[in-house]
Amino acid sequence: MAAPRVPRVSLILLAVLALAVPEARSEYGDVVLNRYSGKGGMRPVVFPHWFHRVRFRCKVCHHELGFEMRAGANDVRMSDIIDGRFCGMCHNNDIAWGAERCDLCHSGKPGLKSGIYGGHQTNGPGRW
Amino acid sequence: MRLALALLLAICTVAAAQSGKPPPRFERNWDSLAKDGVHDPRSPAMRQLQEPREALSALPADSAGNQVRWVDALRDGSINPRSSLRPEAEVRLLETDIYMSRYGSVPAVRFPHREHTLWLDCSNCHEKLFKSKVGANEISMLRILQGEQCGQCHGAVAFPLTECARCHNTPRTPAKPRQAMESAR
Repeated sequence: MAAPRVPRVSLILLAVLALAVPEARSEYGDVVLNRYSGKGGMRPVVFPHWFHRVRFRCKVCHHELGFEMRAGANDVRMSDIIDGRFCGMCHNNDIAWGAERCDLCHSGKPGLKSGIYGGHQTNGPGRW
Repeated sequence: MRLALALLLAICTVAAAQSGKPPPRFERNWDSLAKDGVHDPRSPAMRQLQEPREALSALPADSAGNQVRWVDALRDGSINPRSSLRPEAEVRLLETDIYMSRYGSVPAVRFPHREHTLWLDCSNCHEKLFKSKVGANEISMLRILQGEQCGQCHGAVAFPLTECARCHNTPRTPAKPRQAMESAR
């Protein structure tokens, strides 16, 4: 009896998937924000969910502060933050560091694409 | 010979003393920020930001995601994150479980509102992501894997989709394997 053949299509698919795995591993749930940062000559922002959820429940930002759940759905500009909206609700030198400490949030590798990163299990379908 | 016996006894005593606390079932490792692939190692923040290991290693262990059992961390008090910023903000909790069962091939899903509302507000899921009416949602694993429905969080920030049995956790009664049982408890 002939050994079962692996269809060539699935081999190609596997190769494509292997190449598509992003280099950045990050911590599970990290979000890179780079809609405006790079254009403004700044590093992208890395938002770590793990750091924030130790201190705040999801509902604080995603209900009270008005952040949409979907990464990329929030149009956050630096002027919003300085005016006390979005991140600026806490990053105001009262609850957390203020907006003038640029580098603490703008700490990502230049050129990173916006989106949710973090861990080899984050990207859902890419792993399946 | 006597020395060897004494040594064996000492080892057994130490092992017995340590067996009181369950050993970790898996090694947990977190990349340092400077090596995690998204942070710029040349950024001045690398010397100031908290490292994942520092914050997470003391929390209940998990094998996936952040390697933390986040709901257990709330339950055992190892963290107590704020539920609101403004004192007048309403904090809503719901206790009902929803059972979901459309296909006979895998265990049914028990969705606990309690664990979800400890973290989230009702409006985070209702009515955009899910209708409140029981049975009104066409939930599909394919859509979840594409980051929709449950997959908006599970696979992104909540425990990942590799952990099938955590949601598919309710054995079906053999007599009625295909019974639709999406219903509030």
